[in-house]
Amino acid sequence: MTRDIALGQYFPGKSPVHRLDPRVKLVLTIAFIVYIFVANNFWGLGFLALVTLGIMVVSSVPVKMYFKSMKGILFIVLFTSVLNLFYGSGKVLVQIGFMQITDDGIRNAIFIAVRIVCLILFSSILTFTTSPTELTDAMERLMSPLKVLHVKVHEISMMMTIALRFVPTLLEETDKIMAAQKARGADMESGGLMQRIKSLIPVLIPLFVSSFRRAYELAMAMECRCYHGGEGRTKMKVLHMEAMDYAVLVFGGAVLVVILLLNHFVPAVI
Amino acid sequence: MTPILETQELCYTYGVETPFEKKAVQNVSIKIEQGDFIGVIGHTGSGKSTLIQMLNGLIRPTSGKVLLAGKDIWEEPKKIRAVRFRVGMVFQYPEDQLFEETVLKDIQFGPRNMKLTENEIEQRARDAAKFVGLPDELLDKSPFELSGGEKRRVAIAGVIAMDPDVLILDEPTAGLDPAGRDVLLSEIVSYHKIRGNTVLLVSHSMEDVARVADRVLVMNASHMQMFDHTAEVFAHDKELESIGLQVPQVTKIMAELKSRGYPVETCLTVEQAVAQLLPLIKKGGDRV
Ligand SMILES: Nc1ncnc2c1ncn2[C@@H]1O[C@H](COP(=O)(O)OP(=O)(O)OP(=O)(O)O)[C@@H](O)[C@H]1O
Ligand SMILES: [Mg+2]
Repeated sequence: MTRDIALGQYFPGKSPVHRLDPRVKLVLTIAFIVYIFVANNFWGLGFLALVTLGIMVVSSVPVKMYFKSMKGILFIVLFTSVLNLFYGSGKVLVQIGFMQITDDGIRNAIFIAVRIVCLILFSSILTFTTSPTELTDAMERLMSPLKVLHVKVHEISMMMTIALRFVPTLLEETDKIMAAQKARGADMESGGLMQRIKSLIPVLIPLFVSSFRRAYELAMAMECRCYHGGEGRTKMKVLHMEAMDYAVLVFGGAVLVVILLLNHFVPAVI
Repeated sequence: MTPILETQELCYTYGVETPFEKKAVQNVSIKIEQGDFIGVIGHTGSGKSTLIQMLNGLIRPTSGKVLLAGKDIWEEPKKIRAVRFRVGMVFQYPEDQLFEETVLKDIQFGPRNMKLTENEIEQRARDAAKFVGLPDELLDKSPFELSGGEKRRVAIAGVIAMDPDVLILDEPTAGLDPAGRDVLLSEIVSYHKIRGNTVLLVSHSMEDVARVADRVLVMNASHMQMFDHTAEVFAHDKELESIGLQVPQVTKIMAELKSRGYPVETCLTVEQAVAQLLPLIKKGGDRV
């Protein structure tokens, strides 16, 4: 049951997108999110949507998965576009009381909706094709210049790795303890809010106890293997940029040029 | 007589329609009679835990039925809690489930959920503690102060206190020292004798199963391989070995002796073996 929460959504595969250097993927995802907001007309946005669809196809992750990731966001998409519907000037099409829907409003609404959908799809591509460990590794490498400013880059990424590593473990543990308490007749499905919060106690206490135990054990195990932070530590998997990665970066740059040109020559929507 | 528990073509698949889809139990049909003591054995990952969790309605079968005293337990999903009181379940490493301030309160958690009277709750908890051999002075301690073996007993008492018709234990002796295992096992056996209820015991120890079970269910790669009387099952030593299981050492030795022509029968426990071998040795041990 808790397993259904798509958290670590990694979808293992061997597509070219999976094989890209995670640093490149991370940088490009951030860049694309910026592009989506830079594009200010339908041509530019349409172009980005096409690119997104193209990468989705190459990623060989089933379309169903992408739909699933959209489901949770659908409400926000609808909400913001409906808000935008009533916002804007231009020719009045419908008048409801003091509110009016204009052709500008409709255009805005569609534009915003496409923007958010692209945003979600693009970040889903990253999380579907990159394992959490690859991601934190990429982050550590990308943030390493911050070491000059005495930011504890390695420690931060180690914490993230450990946290991510233990998400499935904790979910599993929660499942198990919930099952055990249900077997003793704990009722977690009915009753009012207070009742439900109270019914969580038999799950939360054992969960805390075992989390602390795990933390101690992990710390002990790390110390036994002489872990002492990032100083002089080598990587088992050293990230290497390959021809493909450079090509993709160039592609990312080219997309930006196209967007800027379209921005320049096509009238803006927003 | 209708069997107390019956399964019909029971199947369970984890992660349906994901890349991690895994068929854990397939087409298991068994009948368990009231009062039976059943051992469940199988290689790790063969689906034992999944199967028994379906028996008390913790997970809902992907297909197939579980009948409790002839009635489909999922007929009224709202009343599934009542099923869980009748089919008690002790998980693997049950000490992880303790949460109350005192041992006694933790044992009372189940009976309290059954909405019994305060007197009855108290009585049942104390009885259950006695069944599993918990001394009185431990009852007012915090469960987190106990040793691993004591915690295990508390957790088992917590389920026994609900007085279920069917008691299912998933590897109750895992991780205990040999003496602790024997004691716990004999407590379970004596509980079974006194209460006369049905017990399912999942175990990786063939010796334990051979010693206590009337019937044995053998799981192999999500399928049911055998379900028969204990002696019958352990007579198939070749078949068991082919699916990664062993027969008890003493059974193996006796089978070997028999195949070499000594007048002995296959047996399951050391005591049985001694009873057969002693007279033979006294006579001088001639082959037939
Ligand atoms: N929550 C789960 N999600 C996905 N797969 C699972 C889950 N629980 C078990 N499985 C898989 O189902 C199969 C059967 O598991 P199960 O726990 O029933 O085995 P088992 O016979 O109890 O093993 P063991 O003797 O090690 O306890 C295993 O292959 C396991 O990987
Ligand atoms: Mg198991």
